[in-house]
Amino acid sequence: MFYGVELSSRLLLGTARYPSPKVLADAIQASGAEVVTVSLRREAGPEGSGARGGQSFWSIIRALGVRVLPNTAGCHSVKEAVTTAHMAREMFDTPWIKLEVIRDDETLQPDVFGLVEAARVLSEEGFEVFPYTTEDLAVADRLVEAGCKVLMPWGAPIGSARGLNNVYGLKALRAHFPDIPLVVDAGLGVPSHAAAAMELGYDAVLLNTAVAEAGDPVAMAKAFAMAINAGRMAFAAKPLEPRDMAVPSTPVLGKAALGD
Amino acid sequence: MRIFVNGDQREVEPGTLALALTALGYGGKKVATAVNGRFVPAPARSATALNDGDKLEVVAPMQGG
Repeated sequence: MFYGVELSSRLLLGTARYPSPKVLADAIQASGAEVVTVSLRREAGPEGSGARGGQSFWSIIRALGVRVLPNTAGCHSVKEAVTTAHMAREMFDTPWIKLEVIRDDETLQPDVFGLVEAARVLSEEGFEVFPYTTEDLAVADRLVEAGCKVLMPWGAPIGSARGLNNVYGLKALRAHFPDIPLVVDAGLGVPSHAAAAMELGYDAVLLNTAVAEAGDPVAMAKAFAMAINAGRMAFAAKPLEPRDMAVPSTPVLGKAALGD
Repeated sequence: MRIFVNGDQREVEPGTLALALTALGYGGKKVATAVNGRFVPAPARSATALNDGDKLEVVAPMQGG
């Protein structure tokens, strides 16, 4: 449930880096995602082909009937992010915004100070902010204070395919915010990473590169969807806590005495 | 007059943002605009005058993660 919107799929899918528009459309359908992320970029004039994105990209997304979550990718300042959000709200006709304020270009690590400030400005203006943040608990607290009703901590740096870098931190976040929808956003590589996030009790997973740049993006989209369902089902079924010593699963009582 | 459109220098007749967009070939396209870093909503384009040296950004929906 994101800002009052009930969804049946727990997978949010990015739309970038697919080998072709056809593969993009097929992957979205195979994933079952009801929300896809999109961006805003400079539009070529009449002389531009527009093949990369723009109007033709938009007609593909519209034809799929999915909800869009526009991002502020690449923004490094509060002002840039806020202006981008304004443009996105008009363009996509949605109050939803995946808020990214990036500090470090190597790790694409969020500038959490700018993020909190931009989240406050946008929330006050009526936006429904999905902040791309780290797993830092105090920052998450500030974001909630600023008006965010969803948090999206990274698993690992965007596109790195490393999985969950800090399971302890993500667990602590889940325990601290039992009622805030939490989405692991970015850094996943394989479906088991997504299953692990869901087993921690996360509400959803947002990914892009792991599907788009797989050898077969459509099959990988399906595999992620299955892993996310399995992980969620496992969480709901209350998994065992790990322990140090063995516990025999076969009853000891009644074993035949066959020794000397 | 000379303005910057998505970083490129372009020559347009003095006038409003709405007229410049049509002259530049964006008429009818689904775009959002900003002038000198400030968002200009679509309904305000015909009341927004452009000045020499203005920096115009014209963006469209694009793939994103």
